[in-house]
Amino acid sequence: MSNQLRIALWALGAPVSVGLIGLLISAMPLIDSNFFFTWGYYLEVVTTGLLTGVLYSLVALGFVLIFKASGVFNFSQGAMVLFAALFFVGFMDKWGLHPALAFLLTAGVMILLAMLIERVVLRPLVNQPAIILFMATIGITYFLDGLGQTIWGSDVFTLDIGLPKDPMFLMEGTFEGGVMVNQFDIVAAVAAGAMVIVLAFLFQYTRIGRALRAVADDHQAALSVGIPLKTIWAIVWSVAGIVGLVAGVMWGSKLGVQFSLALVALKALPVLILGGFTSVPGAIVGGLIIGAGEKIAEIFFGGYIGGGIEDWFAYMLAMVFLLFRPQGLFGEKIIERV
Amino acid sequence: MSFRKTLTMAALAGVVGAGALAPAPAQAQENGQYMPQMVYRTGPYAPNGIPLANGEGDYLRLLNERDGGINGVPILIEECETAYNTDRGVECYEKMKNGGPTGAAQFSPYSTGITYALIERATADQIPIFSMGYGRADASYGKVFEYVFTAPATYWAGADAAIQYIKAEEGGDLSGKKIALVYHDSAYGKEPIATLEHLAGQEGYNLSLFPVPHPGLEQKSTWLKIGRQVRPDWVIMWGWGVMNQTAIKEAAAVGFPMERFIGNWWAGAEPDVRPAGESAIGYKALQFHGVAHDLKVHQDMKTHLYANGKGLADDESQVGEVLYNRGIVNAVISTEAVRTAMDHFGNKPMTGEQVQWGFENLNLTAERLEALGLTGLMSPLSLSCADHEGGGQARIVQWDGEDWRPASDWIVPNRAGFLSEAYEASAMQYANEKGLTPRDCN
Repeated sequence: MSNQLRIALWALGAPVSVGLIGLLISAMPLIDSNFFFTWGYYLEVVTTGLLTGVLYSLVALGFVLIFKASGVFNFSQGAMVLFAALFFVGFMDKWGLHPALAFLLTAGVMILLAMLIERVVLRPLVNQPAIILFMATIGITYFLDGLGQTIWGSDVFTLDIGLPKDPMFLMEGTFEGGVMVNQFDIVAAVAAGAMVIVLAFLFQYTRIGRALRAVADDHQAALSVGIPLKTIWAIVWSVAGIVGLVAGVMWGSKLGVQFSLALVALKALPVLILGGFTSVPGAIVGGLIIGAGEKIAEIFFGGYIGGGIEDWFAYMLAMVFLLFRPQGLFGEKIIERV
Repeated sequence: MSFRKTLTMAALAGVVGAGALAPAPAQAQENGQYMPQMVYRTGPYAPNGIPLANGEGDYLRLLNERDGGINGVPILIEECETAYNTDRGVECYEKMKNGGPTGAAQFSPYSTGITYALIERATADQIPIFSMGYGRADASYGKVFEYVFTAPATYWAGADAAIQYIKAEEGGDLSGKKIALVYHDSAYGKEPIATLEHLAGQEGYNLSLFPVPHPGLEQKSTWLKIGRQVRPDWVIMWGWGVMNQTAIKEAAAVGFPMERFIGNWWAGAEPDVRPAGESAIGYKALQFHGVAHDLKVHQDMKTHLYANGKGLADDESQVGEVLYNRGIVNAVISTEAVRTAMDHFGNKPMTGEQVQWGFENLNLTAERLEALGLTGLMSPLSLSCADHEGGGQARIVQWDGEDWRPASDWIVPNRAGFLSEAYEASAMQYANEKGLTPRDCN
C-alpha cells in the first residue's frame, strides 16, 4: 500500500471511528438512565484526550529515535527528560537566564551528555547483544537521576515560561456550554507537531538519516561501508536528549520540575507498543489513540468498575493491538531468515 | 594509563575517600539516648521528605545544643534513607533497632506502607512505632496495638474534621450537597472513604469518589468529570506528591473554585501549591498542627543551629514551613515521651519498652507546650493505655499565594461518637485475625 493511500485511509478512518464510538456511547442512556452523555461533552473528552496524547507522543519520540538508530530500548529516556528539565529550570531560576538562552545552554548540556554516554558507555559495548546495552541504560538512569538532583537539589521547581493556561470555549453556538479546551495543551501539541516534522525530515531526506537507519539495521555492516558509528550514536543520543528537553519543558510546565517527571516515561510505553518502536509517525498516532482511548474509557465507563482505569486501560488497548500487529501499527515487520 | 583505567581508579578513590570521611555511626558512641530517623531525601517524594527530615533532625539537634539532650542525656541521632520504599524501610528498622546503648527509642516511619510492615516486628521487639497522621487509624485503640501510636490525629479523625468544617461553611446543613473525594488509589488514599460514607448517611450529602492512579501525573479525566459533569459543591483530596500539584492545576483549568477545594494534611504544604503558581491561591488544607514561622522554637533553631551553621535545611527561610513544622511536632512528641519515661525510670538512656510507657503516660498540656515554645503549633495531647491518639485537633488553613493562613479555629473530631466505635471495631477485627487478646487497661 502506498504511503499516500495509507495517509488518506487514516485521515478518513480516524474521524469516522471517533464518530462511530460516539454513536455507540450515545446509546448508553438506554441501558443506564443515569448515564451522562452530550455530544459537546463527548467532543470535549476526545479533544482533551488527543491533546494529552500528543504530550505522550513527545516522550515516546525519544525512545523511538534511539531504538531506530541502535536497536536499544533506552530505559533512561524518562531520566533524560528530568535531567534536561532540571538544567533548564536551574539555568532560569538560579542563574537568572532568559528562557531562550537557558534552552540553548541545556541543549548544549544534552549534547555533551550524549557524547559522554557514547564515549563511556556505548563505545565499549559495540556489537554486544541488545540486552547488554539495555542494562547499561538502566545504569545511566540511576546516574542521571542522582546527578541532576545533586547539582540542582530535590525541590519542586516552578517552571513558568509564559505559556497560556486558561481554558477556552469553542463552538459555543453549537453545543450548550461549548467545548472546553486548555490553551496550554494546544501550544504543547503545536510544539510536538513541529518536532515531529523536523525529525521526519531528518530521517527521510538527509544523509545522516540514511546513516541512522543503516546503523539500526546492522552495526557491523554499517561500519564496513564506512558509516562512523560513534558519530551516529552521539548524534542520535543528542537528538533524543533535545526531544527530552522539549518534553521536560512541556511536562515541567504542567507538573513542576521534580523527580516524578522521570515517571512520564510510563505514559509513553503503551504508545510505543501500539505505534511501534521504530516509527516516528507511529509514536504520534499511537499517542493520539492512547490519549483519546484512555479518556473515553475513564470518563464514560470507569465508574462501572471503580474508576481510576485509564493507566491500565492504555496498556490493555496496546495489548489488543499487539494481538493483531505484533510489530505495532507502524513498526517494521522483522523477517528472520534461518 | 587508558581512559577506562583512569575512570576506574577515580571511582575507586572516590569510594575509599567517601568511606574515610563518613561520620561514625551512632552505635559506636557510648552513652546517650539513641533516636534513629527514617527519612526519604531521595526518590519521587523527596520534596516532601526533605523538610520533614530537616524539621525532626533540627529539633533533636536543638535539644542537644541548647539543653544537652533530654534531661541531660545526649541524643544519639542517626538517619537511614528509605526513599519511601517499604522494603528499604524494613531494612532501616532491622539495621537500627539495636543501635545505641539501649536500642532504638522509637521509630517514625513516615510512610503508611512501612508502618504496616513494622507493626508486628516492632511489637515483638518492644519498640514503639509512632505514625503521626498516617498508618492504621485503628491503631489508636491501644488495647490491641500496644506499641503503635497515632497522635495527634488519624485519617478518620481528619475526614470527620473536614466534614465538620464544610458543614459550618454551609450554614449547618449538608443535605442535598455534593461532595467529591479525589484520592490516591492506594491503601492510604482509601482510608477516609468509610468515614465519609458514614457521614454521608448521617448528614445527607452525596459523595462521589474519584480514584487517581499512582503517581497522578495525568488527571484530565478526573477533573473533566468533576468540572463539567458532576459539579460538586466541595472537593476533598487525599493526595500525595506530584498528584497534588497536578490536581490543583487541573482544578483551576476546569474553573473549580479553590475556596471549595480542601486537601488533607499530606496535600497541604508548600511543595504542593508553589508549582501551581497563581492557580493555587485560595486552596485550603486540613492540618493537625498550626502554621507559624516565628515561635520561640523557631527562634531557638536559628540562634542555636543556623547561626552556627549546624542547621539541616539549605536555607534558614525554610524553618517554619508546613512540613518542617510537622517534623518538629513529630520530634516534640517522641522526645517528650522519652522525657516522660526518664522522669519515671531515671535520667539514663531508655529502652523501647520504657519509651512505650512514656508514650502512654504522655500529657502535653498547654503550659508544657508554652514552655517548649510551641503555643499555636500544637493543641494539647494526653495519651493513655487505651487511647493512643491523644485527643489531638485539626484546623483548616488557606494558601494566599505566599503563605498559609489559618481559615478556621481548631476542630475537635467526633471521637466520643462513631470514631471511637469504629477504631475499636476495626482493631478487634485485627485482633481476631491475629489471635491477639486485648490488654486490660483498667
